[in-house]
Amino acid sequence: MSKNFQHLVSTAVPIAIENIDTDQIIPARFLKATTRDGFGENLFRDWRFDSNNEPKQDFILNNPIYKGQILVAGKNFGCGSSREHAAWAIGDYGFKVVISSFFADIFKNNALNNFILPITVTDEFLDKIFRAIEADPATQLEIDIEQQTLKIVATGDETKFDINPYKKACLINGYDDIDYLLSLRKEIESYEASREFNF
Amino acid sequence: MGKTLFDKIWDSHVVVSKPGFPDAVYINTHFIHEVTSPQAFDGLRKRGIPVFRTAKTRATADHNVPTIDQHLPIKEALSRKQVEMLTANTAEFGVELYGLGHPYQGIVHVIGPELGITLPGMTIVCGDSHTSTHGAFGAIAFGIGTSEVEQVLATQCILQYRPKRMKIEVNGQLKKGVVSKDIILYIISKISASGATGYFVEYAGEAIRSLSMEARMTICNMSIEMGARGGLIAPDETTFEYIKGREFAPKGADWDKALAYWQTLYTDADAEFDVVLTFDAADIEPMITYGTNPGMGMGVTQHIPSLGEVDDKEKPSFKKSLDYMGLEPGSELLGKKVDYVFIGSCTNSRIEDLRMVADFVKGKKKADDVVVWIVPGSKQVEAQAKKEGIDKIFEAAGFHLREPGCSACLGMNEDKVPAGMYCISTSNRNFEGRQGPNARTFLASPLSAAAAAITGKVTDVRELV
Repeated sequence: MSKNFQHLVSTAVPIAIENIDTDQIIPARFLKATTRDGFGENLFRDWRFDSNNEPKQDFILNNPIYKGQILVAGKNFGCGSSREHAAWAIGDYGFKVVISSFFADIFKNNALNNFILPITVTDEFLDKIFRAIEADPATQLEIDIEQQTLKIVATGDETKFDINPYKKACLINGYDDIDYLLSLRKEIESYEASREFNF
Repeated sequence: MGKTLFDKIWDSHVVVSKPGFPDAVYINTHFIHEVTSPQAFDGLRKRGIPVFRTAKTRATADHNVPTIDQHLPIKEALSRKQVEMLTANTAEFGVELYGLGHPYQGIVHVIGPELGITLPGMTIVCGDSHTSTHGAFGAIAFGIGTSEVEQVLATQCILQYRPKRMKIEVNGQLKKGVVSKDIILYIISKISASGATGYFVEYAGEAIRSLSMEARMTICNMSIEMGARGGLIAPDETTFEYIKGREFAPKGADWDKALAYWQTLYTDADAEFDVVLTFDAADIEPMITYGTNPGMGMGVTQHIPSLGEVDDKEKPSFKKSLDYMGLEPGSELLGKKVDYVFIGSCTNSRIEDLRMVADFVKGKKKADDVVVWIVPGSKQVEAQAKKEGIDKIFEAAGFHLREPGCSACLGMNEDKVPAGMYCISTSNRNFEGRQGPNARTFLASPLSAAAAAITGKVTDVRELV
């Protein structure tokens, strides 16, 4: 999975379903790998394939008209299990950005820890994106992390998005949390020494 | 101004807090299991670093394990490999493992409390969203991803932003046949599967206070199902009584010192929450879910919402959900035939759950065409059930007590509900495919599940108790 990125222009795949949980993103029976690779082939497994492993023609990922590095989904995306495999599957499939009007907390952390950008937009802006893609599947979205902007290229509709400064720097520079935590070794040891109840 | 219990614990665990950065929070106890840890150990290997504080991490195998014939090798090759890798990783890095065959083995959120590892005032994490269970002791406990598991193994700390605080008060007393599972399913049905996202919840009020520790764990367990980062309950005499004497609980002078500290763990009278919600326990009836997220629940005598009652924007998701479930908008579930009954999972597999079921089914017989799986949460729960003769009561009713594991909660091990079948389940998630591809789940309390096991259909347990 490639790390840092700052700017992206891409078409997007819309899944206008709410409350997409991590069991849909990657069902539990595919969590048995012991590496981070290869989860993309089972992304949305039971929505993509029937019980004979044939692609379901009515699911959008099986429709060649819709492609791109951006996934657009209904509100409360990524609820449920803490499995980071959901973020790995999304990244491994080739998505770098997920746009929704609401994300579950653990998924959001997991995505950022894998250099996938979750962008929260208003319900109205999400509707605009869905409508734009419905009208033209070749609709391009442009994301600038530095400026924290998301634009529907054809219509010029633009919105700002929030990302905390620390995670923004991580994303732009390809740093991860462990690098930072490991640099705090002295502070951690002195905290331990100061605790009366360190169980 | 006073502090909330959450803030008292959080503040005392912040190692470094810098503007613009998330807080580096110290973790007292870290639980790991076979599914979300292999890639974290791999990360340590790649960085060439050890586990920083080996004694603060404990491991068990639960998600992948079969729940019959645990003395035999695991049949499914990938599951076996994951469990074997946990054994190898914990041996290599010096972490204590309660693996298959160990008398302490069990579901990670069952064994922590029963061994006295989970204590008030702690910070606890695990690569599993139901880590919120441990909040029942007045601990900050929450689920994390594998990258975060690696952070904790490497540094005993985690980077987190402080969530907002929500208080959920449940006042009054529960009616007959209504138990703690119904309380939490009721709350989630009222505020939705995302109603507490971004918040850490404190549960309070007379109805919560009067619950046993195990019943409190059921409530905190499902905090994540309304999106909360976690949920906790201030410790009290019930808590201290439960902990005292357990294997790893403080003893002697340490106990006295710990107790004095734990007695300071409550929300100050003048502390402020970002949101306060209040419910009346008397309004709660036995609950059941009809849809594919835990927010789609109702009283067992109610009707599924009709299309007219659903917001226009939510209609597509609502229809998709009911199509999956094979149910009609506006219909009722009472009397609906069920094929499977699952009593188990980190939500409802403790000894009190099994006692509740045993008391109810004693002298009754299982319906002929229902498959019933009763899965204890741990080896200790299993042993206690046998000691009390609960296994014999189950056998007389036509059930069988299996061996501990996550079982049919998540369709990862051998226990899967077949496609199209209806399962009334004491677990925590009714997502599509959660209990097996195309399986259909009704979430309910152990009492309601037991009633369905006897009648073979969705039943108002109040008519039978």
